[in-house]
Amino acid sequence: MSANLATVAYLGAAILFILSLGGLSNPETSRRGNLLGIVGMTLAVLATVLGPRVDLGEGLPFIVGALAVGALIGLYAARTVQMTQMPELVALMHSLVGLAACFVGFASYVDTSVVYEGAEKSIHEAEIYIGIFIGAITFSGSVIAFGKLSGKIGGKPLLLPARHWINLAGLLAVIWFGGQFVGAGSTDAGMMPLAIMTVIALLFGIHMVMAIGGADMPVVVSMLNSYSGWAAAATGFMLANDLLIVTGALVGSSGAILSYIMCRAMNRSFISVIAGGFGTGGGTAPAASGGAQPAGEVVAVSAVETAELLRSAKNVIIIPGYGMAVAQAQHTVYEITRLLREKGVNVRFGIHPVAGRMPGHMNVLLAEAKVPYDIVLEMDEINDDFPDTDVSMVIGANDIVNPAAEDDPTSPIAGMPVLQVWKSKTSIVMKRSMASGYAGVDNPLFFKDNNRMLFGDAKKMLDEVLVALKA
Amino acid sequence: MALTIGVPRETFAGEKRVAAVPEVVEKLIKLGFSVRIESGAGAAANFTDEAYAAAGAQIAANAAELTAHSDMIFKVRAPTADEVAAMKPGTTLISFIWPAQNPQLMQQLAERQLTVLAMDSVPRISRAQKMDALSSMANIAGYRAVIEAAHHFGRFFTGQITAAGKVPPAKVFVIGAGVAGLAALGAAVGLGAIVRANDTRPEVGDQVKSMGAEFVPVDYQEEGTGVGGYAKVMSEGFQNAQRETFAKQAKDVDIIITTALIPGKPAPKLITAEMVKSMRPGSVIVDLAAEQGGNCELTVPGEVVVREGVTIIGYTDLPSRLSKQASTLYSTNLLRLTEELCKTKDGNIDVNFDDEAIRGATVVKAGEVTWPPPPPKLSAAPPQAKAAATAAPATPKKSSHGHGGAGEPMSAKSLGITFGVGALLFWLIGAFAPPSFLGHFTVFVLACFIGYMVVWNVTPSLHTPLMSVTNAISSIIAVGAIVQVAPPAAAGTEGRPDTLILGLAVAALTLTAINMFGGFAVTRRMLAMFRK
Repeated sequence: MSANLATVAYLGAAILFILSLGGLSNPETSRRGNLLGIVGMTLAVLATVLGPRVDLGEGLPFIVGALAVGALIGLYAARTVQMTQMPELVALMHSLVGLAACFVGFASYVDTSVVYEGAEKSIHEAEIYIGIFIGAITFSGSVIAFGKLSGKIGGKPLLLPARHWINLAGLLAVIWFGGQFVGAGSTDAGMMPLAIMTVIALLFGIHMVMAIGGADMPVVVSMLNSYSGWAAAATGFMLANDLLIVTGALVGSSGAILSYIMCRAMNRSFISVIAGGFGTGGGTAPAASGGAQPAGEVVAVSAVETAELLRSAKNVIIIPGYGMAVAQAQHTVYEITRLLREKGVNVRFGIHPVAGRMPGHMNVLLAEAKVPYDIVLEMDEINDDFPDTDVSMVIGANDIVNPAAEDDPTSPIAGMPVLQVWKSKTSIVMKRSMASGYAGVDNPLFFKDNNRMLFGDAKKMLDEVLVALKA
Repeated sequence: MALTIGVPRETFAGEKRVAAVPEVVEKLIKLGFSVRIESGAGAAANFTDEAYAAAGAQIAANAAELTAHSDMIFKVRAPTADEVAAMKPGTTLISFIWPAQNPQLMQQLAERQLTVLAMDSVPRISRAQKMDALSSMANIAGYRAVIEAAHHFGRFFTGQITAAGKVPPAKVFVIGAGVAGLAALGAAVGLGAIVRANDTRPEVGDQVKSMGAEFVPVDYQEEGTGVGGYAKVMSEGFQNAQRETFAKQAKDVDIIITTALIPGKPAPKLITAEMVKSMRPGSVIVDLAAEQGGNCELTVPGEVVVREGVTIIGYTDLPSRLSKQASTLYSTNLLRLTEELCKTKDGNIDVNFDDEAIRGATVVKAGEVTWPPPPPKLSAAPPQAKAAATAAPATPKKSSHGHGGAGEPMSAKSLGITFGVGALLFWLIGAFAPPSFLGHFTVFVLACFIGYMVVWNVTPSLHTPLMSVTNAISSIIAVGAIVQVAPPAAAGTEGRPDTLILGLAVAALTLTAINMFGGFAVTRRMLAMFRK
């Protein structure tokens, strides 16, 4: 295959990728979108393998072998992963992209077959440097994110003293070594600064994600998604490959938009999430900062009473949160939904953008449990309907239904858009205990007159509700 | 020093309500107040002096004695000139006032150096709903309107098939689906009538339907929601279309209940004499707006009249006709307001103007008229921006404007800065970068824009599949790795550390392959689950 043919094939692949993302605009076309992505990827790989830059005789066994091993592992993981573990899987996959970008960067640096001169040489080296930097951050950050999401590392933010200064010092060091690296005369001389920078970048990634609290995970996951894209784009620059640049840019902007949406859903600035901890900068602990302590009586109900309330309701809205994912209660939720719908109760779901640990997490879980997607609504679509709702059931969510965000300007989550469950006639909150959410903020909802608490493990309690409903 | 709350007997003719019921008295005492009740104050609402005494209240023999010893007065109706004159200066009065309609009374209250909270001026914000006496009273009025109509209507409400023949159900038309209108709808539906309703605010249509009634829209496009969820005056064209709709309904229905009120204005005349004439003899009109002049041209406020064979009920005291229920609800509203005033629970009050609900309700503070209040910041339905801008210019501007929301376009200044920085960056790149880089850079920037456009179209429910598919796509790095595995033997390859590069490239390829296959496969698995 000639160089021109390969370029045209790349162009085709790029278009297919764009169409693939475009297909995700609604569930009907999304399956086709994924297929287009697969076709695009196949096209790109084939064009490269058959293209002018690969010596088939020598390279084919390695390429096929590597692809086969990777395919086996990847397909196995895709088949066995639980839907509740999706955030972990996605984080882990980001780390692979980051690591691969590092490898390609190093390989490209030691490769002497392509020779550049003058400004081109400097730019090429800068590209390698940046590519490895982003790749290393993506790798280590994603590994930590994976650890946090899978519970191997605690969810609490790790706040080192003077962590902003550490970050700043790291950044300055990276820039200084960058100067050393580009100025280095030979490959050997450049290796040292490059290696040191890689280590700093790895620590940087670890430190960054360690400092971020569990509730901010959706932002982190989408941010790492964005980074993995930028890493691919940087690799594209380094190898002068437009397909990599286009694809990296697509992925990068996609992740950036997701991060923005997540931040907006929490009424936080991107900087304050990245800077770590909860609250803006400052370095103060999450603390119960200001705000009137909610007071009053909490009314607990039993599963049987919950079933009674649901049965006599006409309109029900279910608000799932991370607790539902943890308890793996989505199938029971579906059973309850189905039963109620058969009885003529209008059951719908209200999804907050940051419910769960990843953008769209709840939607995937509900889809897995066969909940039809047309009764699963976004916050903005459903928030006006709460006053007409008889029962809203909150399953393992806290901050996203906290009225303090609207009423109490001193609350740390003031201004964050929330689902207004307290406007419904009755709200039922399922929770393990009275502990506050990730934001460390007390929830006045629990003390409202029309609120009931159903304490216990979400799955166990919902099973009991289901039994009571069937009875 | 704990304050004493005085509850006098209502002196207005026919008024049977009382401003505090024994149950509420008990709670007021718990808040730290002492309570005095005029003897016989609750008699018309079936609350005896003994019941009050049992709840802990002191009984005052007459109004003069009560007023002289009270720091706060709870009333239902606005006080008369004599009643105001009897109050000590500095007394806090809580009752209905209607400041817009009673300028003289307002002046008198101010001169007497009173602090007055008007229950009719409590703002319509979510937090103040518990003190919204207008809603409580409207609810009762709506219910009672149906009962009065049933009383004067010569037939069943519900349709029946009896041995003696078929009885058609009564048809009820309710104008104005506010609190009173909805209560009337509920009551009429409960009695088995066919119920229709109309309102200028289209968003109440669903509420009407939820009560089991039919919504009759006016066929004319105009948004009728004013500030605070109340209705506003409509345009000429709309009024014509509305008149036609009502005329048609008048010929068809047996009972019309009108509840149309616009705050601070005389009630709109919606039912003309002609429409009344077109109704079947024996029909009934209940005009809940009678006190503000009536929605029907032939209404006589306070009376029941028969015109053209149609009974027109213009009672202005419907809540009072359900005196026990009305007293209970009204006094609970007063209690909630008192709780807001007395956060410390020590029997003292603080008229805190930072509290929007209290600010709105306070019409006179220590002899100074504080009415009208600034417009409410939050309302049941979002007010049009125009309405907010034209309302009360005297209020502090900052609170209504504040910082721009996320959706607002950038200010000219920040837009300028963005463009400036962008231009500088582009100039730097153009000046120093080699041409080969520029080509890639162009592709990169354009691809970012395409990504931006495409991704905003992705539905939020598919954000997880989006992440996994972008993740799969980012394994395009595989292409970079493949290129490094075995480049064709060419010039300049001597000294190339082949084995090292091969190792790195194969490792990278394996990693990306995991991602590639795994990412697409898991996306596929997820997407297959999304179904209708």
